[in-house]
Amino acid sequence: MSTSDPGHNPARRQALSCLAAWTGAAVVWTVAGGVPRALGATSAGTPAAAAKNALTFVQISDTHIGFRKEANPDVVGSLRHAIADINGLPQAPAFVVHTGDVSHLSKPEEFGQAREVLQEIRVDRVHTIPGEHDTIDDGVTGYLKFFDHDGNGKSWYSFDQGGAHFIALNNVLNFKMGTLAALGDEQLAWVKSDLAHVSHSTPIVVLAHIPLWTVWEPWGWGTADSAQAIALLRPFGSVTVLNGHIHQVLQKVEGNISLHTAMSLAYPLPAPGQAGIGEPGPVTVPAGELGKLLGTRQISVVRGRHELALIDTPLAG
Amino acid sequence: MSHAFSRVIAHPVRASAILALVLCVAFVMPAIFAAAAAPAPAVDIAKFAFAPKEITIAPGTKIVWTNHDETPHTVTSNDKSFASKGLDTDDKFEHTFASEGDFTYYCTVHPFMTGVVHVHKQ
Repeated sequence: MSTSDPGHNPARRQALSCLAAWTGAAVVWTVAGGVPRALGATSAGTPAAAAKNALTFVQISDTHIGFRKEANPDVVGSLRHAIADINGLPQAPAFVVHTGDVSHLSKPEEFGQAREVLQEIRVDRVHTIPGEHDTIDDGVTGYLKFFDHDGNGKSWYSFDQGGAHFIALNNVLNFKMGTLAALGDEQLAWVKSDLAHVSHSTPIVVLAHIPLWTVWEPWGWGTADSAQAIALLRPFGSVTVLNGHIHQVLQKVEGNISLHTAMSLAYPLPAPGQAGIGEPGPVTVPAGELGKLLGTRQISVVRGRHELALIDTPLAG
Repeated sequence: MSHAFSRVIAHPVRASAILALVLCVAFVMPAIFAAAAAPAPAVDIAKFAFAPKEITIAPGTKIVWTNHDETPHTVTSNDKSFASKGLDTDDKFEHTFASEGDFTYYCTVHPFMTGVVHVHKQ
């Protein structure tokens, strides 16, 4: 896997520095001209309006419905707060993506409640992928009873919208002892055949729960066979990977491929390998601080632009 | 005579019965009580780790795992011979190891969490 070449694309570097500045505020994604771009945020955190020809959608992640511990006793309330923010956006998003850990314990009542609350979002569709909390007892079976995207019993799928090609992956099925999670050969073969029909100038947006790069291996924050997936994506001019799992915003850029993790709507987690914290468990923060660490992301794809626009917006603060 | 006879006969019987009782109390009962009274070895699941990570037991011993984390974990053997459901906070899982062997296990939610149970005659 090659590292990014910051000198390769000055426009992209500039866009990314903007992204860094917006981190911690709302993120609105826009896909314009093939590349998702984050729209800017005002000082009040209000996203700027997207270009008229842009496709705008919202990413939410890690709702952990069923979690009731001290770090957030009201995850449903946090999700509803986010939904109010999404429904109040000046430009309604085309759809919402949920990048996994919909539930906390894979229980049917948690999936059922999540599906019910997600229907309060005023968009045509919420596209979900499973996280490892959604596949605890019986793999993806219980999850699919509530979130079978295409009705064919598969937890990975693709679709086209607004000139972009979206690929939703499941990297929480192939857990083996002592190793990172993996996509697996069957899914990688599917990705290859799916991409065979897509022009290299089409912007690609990839959804996967666990980061598709190794953020921190001792905590399982990576995907064992991500390099194979990235290799399949490398020929494309604009690839944006949206991940969850680590409950915080991080970015990585490799050539035309940018990878972004998102905030959770349940509870914060430590920074990767954070000193003094030995494990990736929920972090309890002082009252009033939690809303600053949870949030949503809006993405825009604007025709003719290479990068997608992202705006991360915390629930409060 | 009958009296003397009964005494002669009766005494050895009583003696052997008492001896059997003594032997039973001295050797058999403690073994039974010990098996019933000794607490099952415990493995704590805390801070995304199994503690102790390695444990050695005799065949027939039951181990009890308890999840102390706010995050769910599982206890899943590598050879699929035992597997818990997802354990929420304070949930327990127990398994009795009948045969000898080294049983590695992990948490399917966090596969970097691993442990091993050594089952050997002692």
